[in-house]
Parts: sequence; structure tokens; C-alpha cells
Amino acid sequence: MTRLIAFLALLLAAPVMAQDQLPPAPYAYRQLEDPAQEEKAQALMETLRCLKCQSQSIADSDASMAGDMRNQVRQRIKAGEEPEAIRAWLVERYGDYVSYKPELTTLTWPLFAAPLVLLLLALLLLRKRFVRRPDAPAGEQA
Amino acid sequence: MIAEAGLALLWFAAAMALLQLFAAIMALRGGEGSSEYAGVVRPSAIVQGPLVALSFLMLMWLFIRTDLSVLLVAANSHSAKPFIFKLAGTWGNHEGSMLLWVTVMALSGSLVALVERRLPERTMIATLAAQAFVSLGFYAFLLFSSNPFERLPTPVPEGNGLNPLLQDIGLAFHPPTLYIGYVGLSVAFSFAVGALLTREVGPAFARAMRPWVLGSWIFLTIGITAGSYWAYYELGWGGWWFWDPVENASLMPWLAATALLHSASVLASRDALRTWTIMLGVVAFSMSMVGTFLVRSGILTSVHAFAVDPERGTFILALLTIYIGGALTLFGARASTVSEGKQFSLVSREAGLVFNNVMLSAILGIVLLGTLYPLLTEAFDTKVSVGPPYFNPVGAMFAIPMIVVMAVGPLLRWRRDSFDRIAKALILPAVLTAALLAGAVLLAPGIGLLPLLGLGLSLGLGVASILPLLGRDLRRTPLPTWGMVFGHLGLAVALFGMASESAFSTEKLVAANVGDVVEVGPWSIELTAIEPVAGPNWTALEATMTARYEDGAPVTLHPQSRNFTQPPQTTSESALSTRWNGQLYAVVGEEGLDGRWQLRLWWKPFVPMIWLGGLLIAFGGALSLLGRVLGDIRRGYQRRRIAMRRDERPHSRAVPEPAE
Repeated sequence: MTRLIAFLALLLAAPVMAQDQLPPAPYAYRQLEDPAQEEKAQALMETLRCLKCQSQSIADSDASMAGDMRNQVRQRIKAGEEPEAIRAWLVERYGDYVSYKPELTTLTWPLFAAPLVLLLLALLLLRKRFVRRPDAPAGEQA
Repeated sequence: MIAEAGLALLWFAAAMALLQLFAAIMALRGGEGSSEYAGVVRPSAIVQGPLVALSFLMLMWLFIRTDLSVLLVAANSHSAKPFIFKLAGTWGNHEGSMLLWVTVMALSGSLVALVERRLPERTMIATLAAQAFVSLGFYAFLLFSSNPFERLPTPVPEGNGLNPLLQDIGLAFHPPTLYIGYVGLSVAFSFAVGALLTREVGPAFARAMRPWVLGSWIFLTIGITAGSYWAYYELGWGGWWFWDPVENASLMPWLAATALLHSASVLASRDALRTWTIMLGVVAFSMSMVGTFLVRSGILTSVHAFAVDPERGTFILALLTIYIGGALTLFGARASTVSEGKQFSLVSREAGLVFNNVMLSAILGIVLLGTLYPLLTEAFDTKVSVGPPYFNPVGAMFAIPMIVVMAVGPLLRWRRDSFDRIAKALILPAVLTAALLAGAVLLAPGIGLLPLLGLGLSLGLGVASILPLLGRDLRRTPLPTWGMVFGHLGLAVALFGMASESAFSTEKLVAANVGDVVEVGPWSIELTAIEPVAGPNWTALEATMTARYEDGAPVTLHPQSRNFTQPPQTTSESALSTRWNGQLYAVVGEEGLDGRWQLRLWWKPFVPMIWLGGLLIAFGGALSLLGRVLGDIRRGYQRRRIAMRRDERPHSRAVPEPAE
């Protein structure tokens, strides 16, 4: 009985679903034939943001916009474009927000300075801890 | 009446927290009557736990009954939802989860007031004062801007339902475990503040704080592991970690707690790293609050969304400023009066722990910056994204040296040691790492640098983590040592899972007719049928797949594409087949225009080791905690017996304290 109801519900739902179906993007849910190219495309897609979702890459979203973008990426890779060129094109179109890989700009330099600063800080901290008295007997109160 | 009773209990608990704070301050000020005030502090802390827990039960009851005259229930529940999700739905929303947060906080406050009797009473009162001060802020937040018991003017006929992604058994476990971890750290925070206020930073303080840190850390570990597995199978794309701000919000307290638990160990057994431990105690709970702020203020969806309805966000931000700012100011004022403690040489176990503490803190800094940076730039009207391409390599910069030191450190002796003594033991892990790196480069040249290093280091660390047991009598090895071995081994296991998932996964996206056979990795999978099925509050299309691993016996998989009506949403229910060497992950998508079905299939070698490793880490923590608590109980018993004997023979010489 429940199966029948479910089936009827699906029949009723079908026309509604068909209406909001966009013209199919051939590579939204299909891989490229060349595995090397597909790997390149996959690596790139994992670092592009699905603009309609919250914190998902286009490689793992069911949103139709993500599907369109996957299609774009795969077709451009297939046409022989370099991944970074495609990223640049998408950034130009949608802004920096679309790429999960921040570029070094006047706005983002602190992100790249931070690891170096932290490294320096860590070295300083460790140096202060150890180099001060290399021959001092251990176990003394400071 | 249930809702009103719940609210009244909450107000009552808040009043008790106020009393606790007031009495503690009066007791600390000294003077006349201070001992009477001191006597009030513990009891007022102890009653809060049951009061708030009862209030939380009231809310659960409302959800179970689907009382649609209560705003929160109407907005987040539905009468046709399965019982378990009605129950878990209590904390599947903002107000309910904040009440859960406060419940855990009140229960921890009760427990610490009830059992902790080793510290000087003055320090304990200062600790409870800090705990009351923190609790009051969260009571206020709940009562003034997130009241879970608010009534509707007129009841609605039906509720809005729960987000279908949350209608999963994961919801029953993930938030409570994570919150116990988050909020347990508040006790460590209070201990740190109490110790600073009364200048009692020493091994006794570390021993009192350690079980709380360990307990919180165990729950955080389980919570993160469960959350990662939940996202992995529920979202339908096979990803297990995305450096999403919400994930980072749970990782940051974990990183801080990991560092804290190691430095507290050094302080407890060697009386070194005093200021550093206090600092981490403050930082760890601060990270819990930052995480709560990020997740609960709505700032993550957009800074502008936050600005539109800033009440809650501003409230938590104010709490953050008061608590973190206050604690850091106190730290700044008092840190110079705390001596650093005992010294140690460059080659010693302490040195290894210090090094890794610094590395953990650096990773924490990177995660914090990467998570907050997009919010900062958005305030200047530029949106940027910071994701895996940033976190992975930058995090690895600090994680790789940390893993190397993790392999070596436990073999070193306290205070001072030499590499010559342990060099022989390290030959095996070093050779294995090198052999695996060389083999992988030759056999699978396409692997990225990070997965490659991950594979090599995980093998080396895995072997090295067992070495501290060599030459020991296993029956007499203390539980905390076993805990360390399991914890470190767990990290190696998880790292191996992560590295092989990223190096060896194969993916297949195809459109298939019923009857088609698809190959993915060593599997061949036949789509045998697609049928409609119905659940309590959803309908679905269910695929039947017959999968074979090489020539093995067939396994049947049933992935579904589910349609929920309340609220309307489609989710992919993945189907998994787990083998010792990996997991097959199958998802069924929509029907194409040509009548073929979208299938998504992955073969992920060794991926379950990620979560197995997480559980091993938590198990190691549990062994340590058990060992510490049993030790405390035994020492308490011995102390009492010695005291009794001393009473019987008043002229005997003092008996020395039993050693740790």
C-alpha cells in the first residue's frame, strides 16, 4: 500500500520536476573520456566554490548552477585549456569568491605572511626556551 | 504549563549562578563572615546542574508531544516525524542547542563543585566564581535573546518540520558529544582563572584540571569524527572534510585542547610549562566560544546577513569580548608572577612536547586566520574564499615536523636524554617510511606530494607509536601509557586513511539503464532495479545494485534519492559497502531525459581508517582518563588510611606522600 501511494505521489510530482529541469549540460554528471583530463578537471572543480550553496565546492553539490559550472570546466579542459586559465576566467566572471585558492593580492597578503610570522614566532619561542643556557644543569628552578 | 515550568527552572538556575558568584566574591574578599559565604558557593553550583537538566527535559517533552503552541516546536518539528528525530530535534535548532550548551555547562559546574577537593579551598572558590561568571553570560544569552520556551499567541495546526539533512541518526549523537567537549573546556578555563587569581599555578592545579581537559578532548574527538563520517555519507559526494568554517569551528578547540592536555601533563608530572599551560587553558575555551559565535551568530552565511539581524550575534560577541578579553588581561597582569617552573634540556621528552605544542598552536593560528579572513575582507566589501588549497599545504608545513617529533618524543626520557640512546629503536620506522616513499614514487608516480608524505609518515608514526611498549611488562604498564600509545597510533591510522583516500580514490559518474554493469576500481556493479519506496515522512526512488569485488560474492546496495515534503527537499541517501581495504560508495541521482539514471560511484581504498583512527584516538584518551581517575581514587584512599593510622599512633613520624 505505501509503495503504491509513493508511486502515485511520484507520478503527480513528475510534471513539476520536469518544468524546472534546465537544458542538460552534458558534462554536469559525466566524466571526460580521457582520464588524465578528467583528473585535471576534478582537481580544479574541488577548488571552486558553488555560489548557490553554503561551503560546498562545485565538485560536490547537486545545485544546478554547480552542474553548469562543472560542465563549463570539463568542456574547457577538453578543449585543451589550462586549469589555472579556467580559474582566472571564472574569477573574472564571478569574482575572487568563486575560487577556494586565495591569490596573493594587496587584500590577501596577510594570509601568506601568517605562516612565515608563525614560523618565526615558533622559532623565537623555542630558541628562548632552549638556547639560553645550553650547558646549564637541567632541573633547576628558573 | 510545561514550557512555563522549563523557563522558571532556567531563571531559578540563573539566580543560583548569581548567588554563586556573589558568595564566592564575598568569600575571597575575606573579613567577617567570609567562611559562611564560602559555605554557600559549592551548594549553589551543585543545584544548578539538576535545575537546568530538568529544564532541558521539559523542552524535550515539548518536542516529543509536538506541542505546537510553542514557537520553537512549531518552527522546527512536525507531528509525522519519527520519534527519534522528534527527540533529537530538540537540539537541531538554535535555541535548543544553546539550552543543551547551558545544560552541559551547569552539569559540569555541579560535578566539579561536588568532587574536586584536592585544591586549596581558596583556589577552588575562585574557580567556581569564574565558572559562575561564565555561566551567567550564557544564561543571559538564553533568557534574553534565545528563549526556547516562547509561546505562540495562537497554536498552529502543523509544524514546519526539520531540515531533512538533519533527519539522520547522526543528529542524535553529533551535537551532544561536541557540546560536552566544547563546554567541558569551560571548567579548564575556570581552573586557569582560579589558579591565576589565587597564584596557585602548580602540579596540583594541573592534576585537578587534567581529567576535565581529557574528558572534553575525548568528546571533541568523537564529535569531530562522527561529524566527519556523517557529512561523508549524508551529503552524497563522498567528501569527509572540507575546511568548512563550521568544521573549523570544531577543530580549533580540539587543537587547543590537544596542546593543553599535553602541557598539563608536563605541568602535573614535571612542574614545568606553568604560564604556557595557563595560556592554553584560556585559549581552549575561547576557541569553543569563537566556534559557537561563528556557528550561532549567522555571520557565516554573510557578514551582511549578520548585520541585518545582529541581536544574537552581538550578544555572543559581547560575551566573547568580556570573557576572552578579561581572561587575557588577567593573564597579562599575573603571568609575570608565575615562574616558568623547572628547566629541561633540548633533548628530552618535555622538549618534544613543547615543540609539538608550538606546532599545534601554529596550526590553530592558521585555521583561525583562514576561517576569519573571509569575514574580514567581506567587511571591506570584497568576498574571498579560503579553502583546501590554502589549509592543506600551510597546515602541513607545521603538521609534518609535528608528526616526526611525535614519533621520537615518547621514546625520550624526562629532563635530559641523548639521541644515541634511542637511535637504534628509530631505525625501523625511518627505514619503513623511506621504503614506502620510494615504493610509492616508483609504483604510483601520479600521487601528490602531500598524500605521499602522509602515507610515508603514517607508517613510520604507526610503528614508532608502539615502540614505547617495547621491553615493558605489559601487565604493569600504566593505563595512561597505553592511552598515549593508542592515541598516537590512532593518529597514524587516521593519517593513513586520509592519505590513501586522497591518493587512490577512483570515481565513476555514469548514466545507466537498468541492467547495465559499471566498473569502478576493482568493483563491477550492476544496476538491477529502481523502485519507489515510502518512509514515514518521505518518498524515495530506491536503486538496487549488485556489486562484486573482483570475483567475490555479490553484495546488494540500496542507495535512495529521497523527497521530503515538509520542508520540500531532495536528499541523496548513499549506500556503502565496507571491506577491510576500503569502501564502495554508491549514489543514485536523477533520471535523465533519455530514461537513464545518474549513478555516482566511488571506490575509496582505506577510507574507513580515517574514522577508525579517530575512534582509536578517543579510546586512548579514555584509557588515560580512566588511569588518572583510578590513580586519584587510590591516592585518596591511601591518604585517608595514612591519616587514620596517624590518629591511632600520634607520635609516629610523618609518612611521605605517595609518589605520582
